[in-house]
Amino acid sequence: MSTKVPEQPDKTKSNAPTNEKGRRHFLSAIAVGWCAFAGAVAAMSAGVLRFAFPNVLFEPPQTFNAGAPDEYVDGQVSLRWKKKHGIWIVREGAQFYALVAYCTHLGCTPNWQENDRKFKCPCHGSGFHVSGINFEGPAPRPLERCHIELSPTGHLIVDKSTRFLHEKGQWADPASFVEV
Amino acid sequence: MLDVVKSGVNFLANPPVLLTLILAGFFILFPINERCLRWNQRLGLEAIWTRRGVIIGGVLTTLFLLFGISDPNFRAVVMKPDNAPIVGLIYLVPFFLWLAMKQAVENDRRILDGKKPNEYHDPEDKVLVWPDLVYIELIALVLMTVFLVVWSLAIDAPLEGPANPTTSPNPAKAPWYFLALQEMLVYFDPWIAGVVLPAVIVLALMAIPYIDNNPKGQGYYSFRERKMAISLFLFCWLVIWILLIGVGTFLRGPNWNFFGPFEYWDVNKTLALNNVNLSEYIYVIGLGMELPKSIILREFCGILLLGAYFLGLPLLLARTWLNKLLLDLGAMRYSVFIMLTLIMFALPIKMYLRWLFTLKYILAIPEFSFNI
Ligand code: FES
Repeated sequence: MSTKVPEQPDKTKSNAPTNEKGRRHFLSAIAVGWCAFAGAVAAMSAGVLRFAFPNVLFEPPQTFNAGAPDEYVDGQVSLRWKKKHGIWIVREGAQFYALVAYCTHLGCTPNWQENDRKFKCPCHGSGFHVSGINFEGPAPRPLERCHIELSPTGHLIVDKSTRFLHEKGQWADPASFVEV
Repeated sequence: MLDVVKSGVNFLANPPVLLTLILAGFFILFPINERCLRWNQRLGLEAIWTRRGVIIGGVLTTLFLLFGISDPNFRAVVMKPDNAPIVGLIYLVPFFLWLAMKQAVENDRRILDGKKPNEYHDPEDKVLVWPDLVYIELIALVLMTVFLVVWSLAIDAPLEGPANPTTSPNPAKAPWYFLALQEMLVYFDPWIAGVVLPAVIVLALMAIPYIDNNPKGQGYYSFRERKMAISLFLFCWLVIWILLIGVGTFLRGPNWNFFGPFEYWDVNKTLALNNVNLSEYIYVIGLGMELPKSIILREFCGILLLGAYFLGLPLLLARTWLNKLLLDLGAMRYSVFIMLTLIMFALPIKMYLRWLFTLKYILAIPEFSFNI
């Protein structure tokens, strides 16, 4: 570059004290500003986070009475509690078990198909046998069974909060089925 | 006669057939290397990227759609308000592809003749962002808004009843732009298809400018100067993304079964699928014994296969076919590139394994929710 640089009055030297003051002032103003901003953001996130802990929580009871065992037909999958509780009750001879209607792939609700005798998921096509064992589609695990017991009055009581997983060998647990 | 055509279309639309045809033709249509390019020229495929090509293509597509709409099953799917964007896609994606390819082919020819590409301008000849570009953007914005308003007034939003966690609609379809992901979920574990693969897609898109060190084709359309890059990208875009959206929209019916475009969506359609893990194939079916207790022993073959695919294959390719690429890119870029490409091809490979051998997972460790 051979062009001339026009002569500039040297401000830095003559105004040094005021400039220094201005810079400090500027920095502290910025610091206050950022702190205020961070505080506001924090308060706002706290407010948003508060939504995750509602005052009243509607949680349907996890346990329900599924009626007397002889209301169920041998060899049939009962759809009676599917809508309300998301549970299929299956009777095989004297044995009863409760399958959770929740696909082990991504959690859609499968449909029972009587003509093929299988549960079939509408989302990615996983299929499960009556027992809950997965045999087609991508579902990596069998359906889960939940706790079922016979009440003193002779009714089936299903507790959805206790699950039994086949791949962990829990279906042999006597709490996972009822024998009448 | 009509029925023959319809069942023919149904047969061709069956994904194993469809994908095989596409795989057979794709890399000739978008030649990935010199040899494919020679085939492309021998077959005269560049004629597609001319004005006559696009007109014939558009007319044929329209005729097919018109013919299809006369069929009640076809109409039920294609005329669904949810599917309006996909019908638009059938025209828009090929059109813009054609638009780009046409200019690319023209430029290729000019470059072969030793001329400058069409887009080459005198460096002094510039266009201002404001007002030239911003005005165009403003006009596009207004037109698009008008279009969306008219659309939303003309077609009712396909709303359904209140959500109920214990009833999933059948088939339960994701929004159309996610249908390719939903299709991947059929073949992979939710972790892989729902988390890992989408993340890889996003990262891969971000990585492209760093992997691609070919300086040619900047600021102008050209195909031959960057054959492999364009061809591979188009494969991801057109086959793995757009085609799967189409498959999810038009060919997936109740219970997520495949249905041809002219087939009735029968909820009770039975397909005997019995998916088996590789470990079960080897131990239970092959050797006639129980699955071993130890996970490592059980999944031994799966681990070996995956190792061969993701570690062995890149090394092998680096020594053979892709040797030149390795020299061009350097080891780091080559590794990233080959990993991404292998992950991409894992999808069609897994599809074929599922279709041909009803193979569920190559590596199945449900104990740790890790299945591939
Ligand atoms: S959620 Fe059931 S198959 Fe994917």
